[in-house]
Amino acid sequence: MNISDIIVLIDGTLISTSTNLKREVKGGFGADLMSDVLATIQPEALLITGLCNPQVVRTAQMADVAAIILVRGKIPPKETITLANQENIPFISTNHGMYEVCGRLFKAGLPSLEQQILDGSCGCEG
Amino acid sequence: MTSQTSSQGIRITDSVAENITRVEELAYELKVEEVMTAQLKIFSPDDQMNDVYETFRDARISGAPVVENNIVIGVISMEDLMKCLKSVDLEAPVSKYMSRLPVTVRGSEPVVEALKLFVTTKHGRLPVVNDQGELIGIITKGDVTSGLLRALQRSYQEEELRRYRASHLFEDINSDRTSLILRYHIKPRDFTHGGTASSNIKRALLRLGANQIIARRCGIAAYEAEMNLIIHSNHGGVIRVEIEPHQITMRATDDGPGIKDIKLAMKPGYSTASEEIRELGFGAGMGLVNISRCVDSMKLDSTWGKGTVLEMRINLPASQSGSDSP
Repeated sequence: MNISDIIVLIDGTLISTSTNLKREVKGGFGADLMSDVLATIQPEALLITGLCNPQVVRTAQMADVAAIILVRGKIPPKETITLANQENIPFISTNHGMYEVCGRLFKAGLPSLEQQILDGSCGCEG
Repeated sequence: MTSQTSSQGIRITDSVAENITRVEELAYELKVEEVMTAQLKIFSPDDQMNDVYETFRDARISGAPVVENNIVIGVISMEDLMKCLKSVDLEAPVSKYMSRLPVTVRGSEPVVEALKLFVTTKHGRLPVVNDQGELIGIITKGDVTSGLLRALQRSYQEEELRRYRASHLFEDINSDRTSLILRYHIKPRDFTHGGTASSNIKRALLRLGANQIIARRCGIAAYEAEMNLIIHSNHGGVIRVEIEPHQITMRATDDGPGIKDIKLAMKPGYSTASEEIRELGFGAGMGLVNISRCVDSMKLDSTWGKGTVLEMRINLPASQSGSDSP
C-alpha cells in the first residue's frame, strides 16, 4: 500500500508539499505519546496521531516514519508543516478520528508495526 | 495538429511538482541566465521573412527575438512564419509578421519567474534581458528542463561526494586514537526547536557512513536526552557526541536541578513533567527507559541541586570500523 492509496482510504488531505506519494508503507502505528512512539514503532511505519506540534515531525524523523496522519481534522501550526517539508515527511490530515482511521487501514490490510515490549510495566500500578 | 507543440514543452502540473521537491527548490535557486541560451539568432525588423525561413531551417530553431538598437521590440516564431508562408509573402519584412511588445524576463530572476510567465502568457519562449533592458539571451521550456536536470545531477553528486568524503574520514587520518566530537547547546523550554540537535546528530552519523539502524538508535536516544534537557534543566545543557571507529558516546550534561531519586526516575511511567509538557506528547515517564533500550550502555549521574550527566554508548560493529585494522 502506498501513500496515495492511504490518502484515498481515509479521505485524507496532503498538507505538506514535499512528497513521494508512491512510497510504500509497511504498516501502521497509532499513539499520542511521543515517547511511546519512540519506544515501540518499527521503521517505515505510518504514524497516526492527534498531536500536531513540530515534535511529531522530529519524532517521525528519528524513528524513520514513512508518513504522518493527523486525525480529527486538526490544523497543525505552520512550524510543523515547515519542518515536515524540510525533512521530506508526508503529512496528511483527515477529519476522521483515531479509531476510525486505524480501523479502515487495518481492514484494508495494513498491519501493525508496533513492537511489543515484554518488560513493559507502565509504572501505573505504583 | 497542436499535438506537436504540446509535446515539446514539459508541462509541470501540481501533482508532478509535488513529487519533485528538489526541482522546485532549484527553480527558486537557479537564475534565468544560468539556463538560458546565450548564443542566439536575432533579426532586425527590416530583415526579410525569407531570412527567418532559412535561419529556422538551418539552425533548427522555432523562434527568435527581433532587435532594434539593442532593444527587443518583438519575437518572430514558427507560427508567424507559417502565416507568412501561407500568404506566399517571404519578401515581406520581419516587422510585418512578428509579435510586438514581447514579454521579457530578467536574467537575474529565478527560473520560477520564467515558468510563471510561460503559464500566464502561453508563450513558448521569452527573450532574456539584463537590468538595462538589453537582450542577453532567450529561454524556452526546454532550456528550463535541461537546466534543472543538470543542476539536479550536480546537487546529487555533491551529496554523494559529501557522504563519500565523510565516510572515509577515519581512514584518511592516522592517529593512535581518532575521534570526532560534535557539541550542541540546548536551550531550556525551547520546544519549537526541540529535536534539532538530535536531527543533526542523526544526519551526521548517516553521512559518516553509519547504517540506518545505528543512526536510528542514536537519534532516538539523543532526542529523548535533548527533550529531557529542554523540559527539566534550569539553564539548558550540552549534548556532546564523540564518534570513534568502534563506538559512539553521547553525553548530555546540565547544571541542575538534578534528579532526587535516580532509581525512581528510571522506573517506566514515572515522571515529574507538568501537564503542559504532557500535552506536547512528552513527559510520559518513558524517556530514560527508551534511552536504555536504544543504547548498549548508559550511565546516569545526578546530584540534587548540582546537575545531571547522562552518558550513552553505542558500540559499532567491527565491519564498520575495519579501516584501522592492520
